[in-house]
Amino acid sequence: MIPAPFSYVAPTSVDEALAALAEHGDDAKILAGGQSLLPVLRMRLNAPEWVIDLGRIDSLRGVRDAGDHLVIGAMTTHHDVLHDPLVAEHAALITAAATDLADAQVRHRGTFGGSLAHADPAGDLGAPVLALGASFVIAGPSGTRTVPGTEFFVDLFETAIGDDEILTEVHVPKHTGWGAHYEKFVRVAHQWPIVAVAAAVRVEGGTIEHARIGLTNMGSTPLRATAVEEALTGQPLTADAVRAAAQHAADGANPPSDLNGDASYRSHLACVLTARAVLAAGGADG
Amino acid sequence: MTTTATEIGRDRRRKEDQRLITGRTRWTDNMTLPGMLHLAMVRSPFAHARITSIDTSAAAAAPNVVSVVTGAELGEEMGVLINAWPITPDQVAPVHTPMAVDRATFAGEIVAVVVARSAAAARDAAELVDVEYDELPAALDLKEAAADTVLAHPDLGTNKSAYWVFDSAAAGTGGDVEEAIGTARADGIVIEREYRQQRLIPAFMEPRSVVVDPTGEQLTVWSATQIPHILRFAMAATLGIPESKLRVIAPDVGGGFGGKLQTTPEEWLAVVLARRLGKPVKFTETRSESLISGHHGRDQWQKLTLAATKDGTVTGLKVELLADLGSHVSLVGGGVPVLGAFMFNAIYKFPAYHFACQTVLTNKTWTDAYRGAGRPEATFAIERLMDELAAELGVDPLVVREQNWIKHEEFPFTTVAGLEYDSGNYEAATARAKELFGYDELRAEQQRRRDADDPVQLGIGISTFTEMCGLAPSRVLGQLDYGAGGWEHASVRMLATGKVEVITGASAHGQGHETAFSQIVADRLGVAFEDVEVLHGDTQIAAKGLDTYGSRSLVVGGEALVRAADKVIEKARPIAAHLLEASVEDLEFSGGTFSVRGTDAGMAIGEIATAVFAAHNLPDGVEPSLDSDATYDPVNFSFPHGTHLCAVEVDTETGRVRMRSYVCVDDVGNIINPLIVAGQVHGGLVQGIAQALWEEAVYDDSGTLVSGSFVDYLLPTAADTISFEIDHTTTPSTTNTLGTKGVGEAGTIASTPAVVNAVVDAVRHLGVHDIAMPCTPERVWRAIHMSSSAEGADQ
Amino acid sequence: MTRISLTVDGQQVVDDVEPRMLLVQYLRERLGKTGTVIGCDTSNCGACTVHLDGRSVKSCNVLAVQADGSEVTTIEGLASNGQLHPVQEAFRECHGLQCGFCTPGMIMQSVDLLEENPDPTEQEIRLGLEGNLCRCTGYHNIVRSVQAAAKGATS
Repeated sequence: MIPAPFSYVAPTSVDEALAALAEHGDDAKILAGGQSLLPVLRMRLNAPEWVIDLGRIDSLRGVRDAGDHLVIGAMTTHHDVLHDPLVAEHAALITAAATDLADAQVRHRGTFGGSLAHADPAGDLGAPVLALGASFVIAGPSGTRTVPGTEFFVDLFETAIGDDEILTEVHVPKHTGWGAHYEKFVRVAHQWPIVAVAAAVRVEGGTIEHARIGLTNMGSTPLRATAVEEALTGQPLTADAVRAAAQHAADGANPPSDLNGDASYRSHLACVLTARAVLAAGGADG
Repeated sequence: MTTTATEIGRDRRRKEDQRLITGRTRWTDNMTLPGMLHLAMVRSPFAHARITSIDTSAAAAAPNVVSVVTGAELGEEMGVLINAWPITPDQVAPVHTPMAVDRATFAGEIVAVVVARSAAAARDAAELVDVEYDELPAALDLKEAAADTVLAHPDLGTNKSAYWVFDSAAAGTGGDVEEAIGTARADGIVIEREYRQQRLIPAFMEPRSVVVDPTGEQLTVWSATQIPHILRFAMAATLGIPESKLRVIAPDVGGGFGGKLQTTPEEWLAVVLARRLGKPVKFTETRSESLISGHHGRDQWQKLTLAATKDGTVTGLKVELLADLGSHVSLVGGGVPVLGAFMFNAIYKFPAYHFACQTVLTNKTWTDAYRGAGRPEATFAIERLMDELAAELGVDPLVVREQNWIKHEEFPFTTVAGLEYDSGNYEAATARAKELFGYDELRAEQQRRRDADDPVQLGIGISTFTEMCGLAPSRVLGQLDYGAGGWEHASVRMLATGKVEVITGASAHGQGHETAFSQIVADRLGVAFEDVEVLHGDTQIAAKGLDTYGSRSLVVGGEALVRAADKVIEKARPIAAHLLEASVEDLEFSGGTFSVRGTDAGMAIGEIATAVFAAHNLPDGVEPSLDSDATYDPVNFSFPHGTHLCAVEVDTETGRVRMRSYVCVDDVGNIINPLIVAGQVHGGLVQGIAQALWEEAVYDDSGTLVSGSFVDYLLPTAADTISFEIDHTTTPSTTNTLGTKGVGEAGTIASTPAVVNAVVDAVRHLGVHDIAMPCTPERVWRAIHMSSSAEGADQ
Repeated sequence: MTRISLTVDGQQVVDDVEPRMLLVQYLRERLGKTGTVIGCDTSNCGACTVHLDGRSVKSCNVLAVQADGSEVTTIEGLASNGQLHPVQEAFRECHGLQCGFCTPGMIMQSVDLLEENPDPTEQEIRLGLEGNLCRCTGYHNIVRSVQAAAKGATS
């Protein structure tokens, strides 16, 4: 089915894009990779008057090393993130999540920033990015501002990005040498995760020194399982210890109920999957 | 040069594939005609609502809109959709108009149609049609609807459509089931279960599409349908168009699985509007439209009582069904459970059987045939029950099956449902399947995992199934009040150049008829495979036919083809004798050549065709044509069978089921093309497995289809399935020349119970004896969890 | 209307299109490239898969205007000089299709998969095709087809 009619502009710089946003504001939708937006437009669940396509802004693409963190351009495709050696080395948790994200065709078009800005709580990138303590660079009419992950995700499909702003970069602190695993639970492969857990751990001599855990689809935003992180710190990387700590995984979460499982089942899954993710991240056999 | 006597049984690569792999296809939606207009449907968002007003003015004024029509406006002009199988004389059925007039009866029913110069303009304008509804209480839940608490059609006064009964005592095919149950209650085993056959969606990959061209003397309809001939008949019967003025073409059709065995509102409206406007029109549905308004399948509650002796000999089965028709009684929807009625006894020879089915109207999308149509439901029930009986007895489920099945020396065997099974060998198929599967090793591993309390448990599922294929002997259909016969037609035309055109009334949509039928004719006539062209799916070319469903094309259509080819040979024989200056008695036909016994003289059938074309030297009184027709009405059904064994791993911590291995040994009789047969089995298996594990059409409390897109209606992908190990035993059918039995539905029928039996088997030791389909992780986990907490409560 | 210029199956084309027109609609309705088909409206089925600048994409999930300046290859442009692509050959040889409606997308995605990973395991093939739905084959012979193409077993 064809979307409702709209006008289209494809700026070639962030400034041009911001100018277009300033002009069309409320009536505009930003098109990044389009892998979530276009189905919505085709089903006519949304009918913006303007579509502002960021696809011609080359400066928003790519991954670079910025010392203690990586800078991932908002328009970098999932495929490029997945195959980026810097990401693999310093933010393996993102590589792990990108591996499982949607399918090959979607990864070729979909973008890192687009997915995060879309803020679907079932999206695969929110949890790992949140877990790694990433911050978000947002450009607006009065310059750029940087927002921590804890403030970026506001609610279902809602972020800190204002109507006149654009997400340009995500800064991901390096977690070099950390073990990482993304444990995704689906019924069929092309499904959004029912629950997923992103875990990065730093293990020294069999002991978990640090753990960072993010949860996908356990509430209206991606969540950080801080209680589990704390409970894991200093624990041996053993199945018993990790499972005990993971019992807190769903604390404070407010998961949805749908055809794939009700909230209590999702909470149960979160605990099981957290233990598996941590053990896999640490290199232990589940 | 191809050798001609060995086509049957050969792995021929398909003739169809060249166009399909290069994109040179003729899907209906590819059609464009000059001045063609496009339709967009406005559909009710409510399951049940009175239409109080429809304002079409804004839509009519939108750019490039040609017309906007409502049901009230079209009135009788739009005709009605037919129910070809009223299963009882007093069946209650609402009039089925293609578009709602004053009341919408399911969410998705058409309430207005926009006609515009482009599909985009039609869709844009459809958004502008302003319909006001008064929402009415909707009959949604099948059991509640059966109690008439809320009426789907208040004017009918009841939701109960038809009550159909088969009783072996009454029919004289067996004993009294109540007596058997009474005896078993006193001194035997009674297993009582209730199973849900969830609602499924056929989900063929090509969305339905229809193009109608009214220009000229004839109305031409292209449709993505399985049934061009039935469609033509139904349109002629209800739209007042002489059948002779109606040409229906099913071009390349992208799958059906029963889902395109339908006469649809969209086809009717396209014809009506094309005639009205005098221009070609096209309608192609979106996937969402397809899922909400194309017919669904299954949707039954099955209440089952199985009686057995203490040693495990089954003595009777009582089946009480509720079947959800949806909002209307569609083409053959009411008859689907009746097709199942003859299959609950399956391969077993118990002596008493009672089947009763209540069909029920609800405010949901109508149901009709979906791959297997009635037979998967029946097979599921009996194969689950046999596992339950085995569990009750504490014996291997294969043992209890063997104890009860028809032994191979007992064929032909008349069943308690009154069918005559001509052939079968369940022992051979089972022995081969066990061997391929490594049955004993897997049982040992299962025990080890149980003993170790492994979080991942292994389950083994069995399904020893049979089905009735080759629909159908017309006389039987008549006895069942079906509105048509079950014959099939074929023509063989010998062209002047020696090439052969074969015309079949079967209408393929992925089955590979062009290839398999070429093989049959090539063998029969002794011509090259490449020299045979199979034509189908156009009522002007294949004037007679009853189309493709019910695993009938090869068994019935193939037999018609054999008979037509044999007639060609017989027509050629006197001509050959004349040309060879020999007597007919001295001729023999072999490898495509008539030869004179005891001499080197001979003539190929192609040469005779050339001579007939010239017609210079034919015997007196012989017509210059070898072309022949045959219409074949089967004398019996065919009964493929097989043993399917499935191993699954169940993650008891999450409830997730993983397929580990699947072995099936099917007996489909003689095989024309093993490659095609294997493909049919693979695809059938996955559809059946999908019912067991993934798919369900779910409505919410307001009657909205929640699983109304591929985001929520979960078709499996390659990543969710496994490779299968398949093999065959061959017990030729005795009822057709080729000895074939049909294979289109076998995999789907057999695999669902095999998988659910495996899932239950994996966790039976944890106190679980049933899990509703689809066996979602949550359901599996809850089944384990609830039974273990129940055990806790007992302590 | 927006003017776009692109190359489709080796042919340069220039057209004015509505911005809302999907690439798949442009291919089918404007260029008559009906080999590429539409199977769903949620981008789950992958039947419309084509190559956009050398990578597989779902052409229902790309606007025609987004393809401006790009190179598109469809199922109709895969064979060259009358020679089928090895993946096309393999699908025929291994009976990797039945009704054939998902086939253009399956083949285009399989080609992409093998370009990225010329020697995939069975599991890698299955995961690589997770964006393409087939209702006929049960995927068994599709997987065999990709394996055969990878091995170059077809001739």
